[in-house]
Amino acid sequence: MTPVWAQVINLGAAISFIVALKALSSPKTARWGNRIGAIGAAVAVAVVLIVNADTKYLVPILVAIAVGTAVGLVAAQRVKITAMPQMVAIFNGVGGGAAATVAVIEFFTVGATGGLVFLIATVFTVVVGAVSFTGSFVTFLKLQELMTSRPVVLPAGRWVTIAVALAAAVLSVWVVVAPSAPVLIALLVLGLLLGVLFVLPVGGADVPIIISLLNAFTGLAVAASGYVLGNVMLLIAGTLVGAAGTLLTRLMAKAMGRPLTNTLFGAFSAKATQAGTSVDRPVKSAGPEDIAAMLGFAQKVIIVPGYGLAVAQAQQTLREVVDMLTARGIEVDYAIHPVAGRMPGHMNVLLAEADVPYDQLKEMDEVNPEFSSADVALVVGANDVVNPSARTDKTSPIYGMPILDADAAQQVIFMKRSMRPGFAGVENELLFDPKTTLLFGDAKESLTKVAAALKNH
Amino acid sequence: MSISLDTGVALATIFILSIFVGYEVISKVSVILHTPLMSGANAIHGIILVGAIIVTAHAKTTLELIFGLLAIVLATINLVGGFAVTERMLQMFKARPKQTKAPEPPGPTTS
Repeated sequence: MTPVWAQVINLGAAISFIVALKALSSPKTARWGNRIGAIGAAVAVAVVLIVNADTKYLVPILVAIAVGTAVGLVAAQRVKITAMPQMVAIFNGVGGGAAATVAVIEFFTVGATGGLVFLIATVFTVVVGAVSFTGSFVTFLKLQELMTSRPVVLPAGRWVTIAVALAAAVLSVWVVVAPSAPVLIALLVLGLLLGVLFVLPVGGADVPIIISLLNAFTGLAVAASGYVLGNVMLLIAGTLVGAAGTLLTRLMAKAMGRPLTNTLFGAFSAKATQAGTSVDRPVKSAGPEDIAAMLGFAQKVIIVPGYGLAVAQAQQTLREVVDMLTARGIEVDYAIHPVAGRMPGHMNVLLAEADVPYDQLKEMDEVNPEFSSADVALVVGANDVVNPSARTDKTSPIYGMPILDADAAQQVIFMKRSMRPGFAGVENELLFDPKTTLLFGDAKESLTKVAAALKNH
Repeated sequence: MSISLDTGVALATIFILSIFVGYEVISKVSVILHTPLMSGANAIHGIILVGAIIVTAHAKTTLELIFGLLAIVLATINLVGGFAVTERMLQMFKARPKQTKAPEPPGPTTS
């Protein structure tokens, strides 16, 4: 039993997590909130170490913590800004794996004597933690483009998933009614399998929502482990993350115009998107001088930055071009789609890194009416967020997603590496529009050339 | 009269109240903070480390010890990495004097 003084400190840690979440939802207090959470967590870990200081495994435990700390710190420092969403997915996955492991070990120790609630909480932690573990790794593979970002539909995949889920349900009941270690291990394996099956059919554009959902899952697994261990702080922290994560998932889905049920269950009926049916269709491309002239003669330019901009590390160069345009008296705005980049808010993080002033960043609702009065919409490394088929084509995987109305501008310039479709794997009709001009190449090189041409213009 | 509340009921009470708190505290988040907030929430559930330490400290077999230590490593990566990566995201939102930015170190990841 945890001593009372430790319980009181744990209550303090739980409160720090609540304060941290609250502070993290406002720009002014976000950094402070993150630190409050970190301090609360550090204190809670110190307390549990002091309470259990008499264990004969203290040294191995400390070594394990040191190893985890080193890995976590190095990974967090080294990861590229563009790769942060998948880093979060990995951190989430290992947390889910830890929760499942904890529940299995506790089951081995306590076993059948734990009572009904203990057993239910145990199977819940094991299944949900395992789903989160493998599911997060699949989202990582998708975002890192180590596997296709398109929906992967196995033959009879839907029935396999349903069968595995049913089997997991049966084994769960089995463990609760007649506790058995081998059955619990089998359940763990099914959970791991279920995580893979659950995420495979999810399309690229929906992956961020799934990461957020799996984050909520891990939270709930941790909450259930609080029941398993009779630890109130774990219960509170896990439940907080589970609830906040669920709401955040819904907010993200809303920002992307994707009803959550579509994301989750639409994937079941997803068909692998047909690869470019229009490979040989003509497009209009131009050189950097022409692009510079188009920009130089404009009065109003709206820039649509996308993930390709960040991958090319071209934010600074873009800013230089924008500075040259504004110096000529041209009105320039950045149009930020809520899910530009890989995740809601990701583009804001990326542009903030390049010191782009906040007041030039306009959100979708604010900037969309402006496009019709813009001479040029300059789309840099973005694709899906300006794809008009989201408005019109009911069969499109991105149908219903709110988009930036770049097609309303007088002229549209795309800076793209190739004709490859965007992350959602959908062909973009706007590329073939007569008012569209393409400049092929790496975003940074293209922008550098345009900047040079603007100087001589 | 002493307070008598069944432990299961007490835990259920805490659970339900925590759901409302979790929902309420982030209900006003702005879109630009979705990613950092998710990352911060992700770090918080790394507190499963506490659970991993408890079961490892009471491990009775070598197998339990090994898996317990594994859980500690995983949970610590979640906890420490989660807070560190959130900190790095939020650093970019900070108003800075110009030209102080260090170049980004080369990452192990490819994209």
